[in-house]
Amino acid sequence: MKIELRDPNKIMKLSRLGSFHQSKLSFLRSFLQEFKDWDYQRDLFDLDENGYGKAIYSFKKKNKIYSLICFSNYLKDEERSDRVIATKWDAAFVLHDGIPTKQDIERLYNNVPKQEIGRVSYKELSLSRANKSVRIFNHVIESLSVGKQPDKKIISEVGYLYRTTAVYGSGKFGLADRFRLKNREEINGPFRLEMMLVYLVRQFTFDQVNHVAKLKNPNKAVELDKEICRNLGIGNSTGLGMAPFIVNHPILLNNWILARETALKKIREIQIVKSDDKDLFYSCLKKSIKNITSWNSDSEFQKNKIKQLLSDLNKFINFIENKFDFNQEYAFNKMYLWIESNLKEECIEYIVSIMMEPYEQITGPLVKQMSSDEEKYFNIPTERTIFDLREILEKKYENIIKIDFNERKNNKFFWFVSKNKEEPRLADRFIEEGHELEQPLAIARDIKKLYERIANEKNSKSIGNFLIENNDLRHVVRRAFIIEKFPYSEIQDNIIGSNLIPIDMLRLKLSFFGALKFDPRSDKWLRITMFQGAPLPNELKNFNEQWIYNSLN
Amino acid sequence: MISLSEIDTTTKRACKAMGFSWGIAEEVGKNMRNMELFGLPGVKNLNEYFKIYPNKQYQKISLISQNNISDKIPYCPIILGVNFLDQVKVLEKNKKIIFKNIAFPMLFLPFVSRGSEVIGKRIFLEIEEKKFVFNFNQTIYSNISDQLIITNVENLSLSFIENSNSFSDDEWKEIYKLSEKTFVEEKDSLKAHSAGAGLTDND
Repeated sequence: MKIELRDPNKIMKLSRLGSFHQSKLSFLRSFLQEFKDWDYQRDLFDLDENGYGKAIYSFKKKNKIYSLICFSNYLKDEERSDRVIATKWDAAFVLHDGIPTKQDIERLYNNVPKQEIGRVSYKELSLSRANKSVRIFNHVIESLSVGKQPDKKIISEVGYLYRTTAVYGSGKFGLADRFRLKNREEINGPFRLEMMLVYLVRQFTFDQVNHVAKLKNPNKAVELDKEICRNLGIGNSTGLGMAPFIVNHPILLNNWILARETALKKIREIQIVKSDDKDLFYSCLKKSIKNITSWNSDSEFQKNKIKQLLSDLNKFINFIENKFDFNQEYAFNKMYLWIESNLKEECIEYIVSIMMEPYEQITGPLVKQMSSDEEKYFNIPTERTIFDLREILEKKYENIIKIDFNERKNNKFFWFVSKNKEEPRLADRFIEEGHELEQPLAIARDIKKLYERIANEKNSKSIGNFLIENNDLRHVVRRAFIIEKFPYSEIQDNIIGSNLIPIDMLRLKLSFFGALKFDPRSDKWLRITMFQGAPLPNELKNFNEQWIYNSLN
Repeated sequence: MISLSEIDTTTKRACKAMGFSWGIAEEVGKNMRNMELFGLPGVKNLNEYFKIYPNKQYQKISLISQNNISDKIPYCPIILGVNFLDQVKVLEKNKKIIFKNIAFPMLFLPFVSRGSEVIGKRIFLEIEEKKFVFNFNQTIYSNISDQLIITNVENLSLSFIENSNSFSDDEWKEIYKLSEKTFVEEKDSLKAHSAGAGLTDND
């Protein structure tokens, strides 16, 4: 049986994209798979009794080495902020290509803690900073130093000792450009270096609390229990900075979504589901419920989503336990058809993610197709005609071209870059100043404008000739010819409309990272946890691939 | 060192700030990235151009022909470049194209380089005594010094180089003969048991 890929007009709606969850395709999981046979080492650990100083961790295989350099320093409580506008942090990190020399460490010591106002070099691959969750951090040290393990309840309320507030890569602040690394197979997956940085930072946080507790009370202190370590991840605060990324990298976005859609299609095409695969699916599903019941958020929006998800999941479990026959042909397809008709988007995508768990043979090859070569499709095919362009717009932007942008509500926001921090922001164009400096992210509006502009053009006119007088719409002409080849490259929604929920855009990206426990702090930023439940670096040679469901608290 | 990614983003924004559309600014960002990658002075020329751009007038060419002459005010290299790139498939039918009076002609070069890739042909370009060969946007050969800024040029010409071998038939035969020394002479037994396509089989 041949199943069609899901319709981009439906899947690329923001409410659907904002309902995505981690899966076997997620970058932090594929990073662990790739690096499981690398040698992990702590090369330097030079911290004082307060945990301030530097440390170096590395992954090594044959002659390849990646080193994380950590700088930890004193920070006044009043200086601690997760906002991107902060200028000081509890710790700063950089991933270096190879073994850093003394001069490298000195150079990085003078720059990495400054983050955006420092400079790094082409020898560095990723840059980040993080703040302590002071309450948890202090509680853990207090407990360990008197010979006790910390209270698991307190630990599980937060889920991490540190949270990063930005993780940079690909040429930012002088970091290595992607082209320098493109032939390295081990990092041929999106954000793999960023994942490595975050994963090694997690280990640093455990070593730091053990070290401080030990020096505080050398005779009584104990080390943090390994099981507790595994259940701690790294938090992350994410704001609007991430949102334009998915608009600015249409081919990359396509490749992520296409991988997910292809996996689902292939799973739905399985004629007979093997008993072991059914068992693994069911086991992951049941265990994953802990993920939802331990998902804390103060956001009413998220609380409602979690409540609905839990209710839908119970409905689904009741269905498969009492009314569903896994032995029937194309069982996953029938299951999918049922969930599409009976459950809400959040739960549909949750189950789609879990469906992938038994099928490494399907997801493994897809992981390798999730990067992109954006340059290859940058040139506009100017020999094509207005006829072609009109056809693309009518087929691929079917809903977008129906939007009336003369209505105020459809034209409410503008995206801009803040002068203070060079970060993307969103504002109401009818209230705030600055809309004349709008970024080219209002794709829906500009596509509609393009559609109207070509209305009276001759079908036979070449795009090259059209552009002579219409270069103001060049950016969307380019996109139209990209979506023709890459069906999931465009968000099928208006991201300047009054009903925009920006965190949907963040959640989409973070779900592909492999984040858990989305915790919106407003409609524009949220907190998440990464690597919670993941094996520790010295356990990588042999770990359970479904760790994400096994170890959650 | 500034990364290519930073060069792309920053020059794109600078170009938009000068009043070009976002789509054109995207082209310029990509061009500056390419020029710096090839070791050509892209940012330097762009910076100088943008210093004087707001106070001067430039000819904004639309349709490019075989002879393009702007007597009074120079051609804007960015608008010229965008149109060259957009029209290159039509323009390649001309063997040679001449431009007279271009401001900051170095900024036109990356468009030509990309044009070479689009049509799959090398392009030879002369800015007076300075010569360039564009090889499918993979490399650029030139006889210029590294950090050249040219504010204006009277004569710029370019020719499309038809794809042809750079060696004679005899030279090819000689090199081919050498390559044959890596082949095994097939005796009858090898012919019988070692099936496989021969040198001239294409099926």
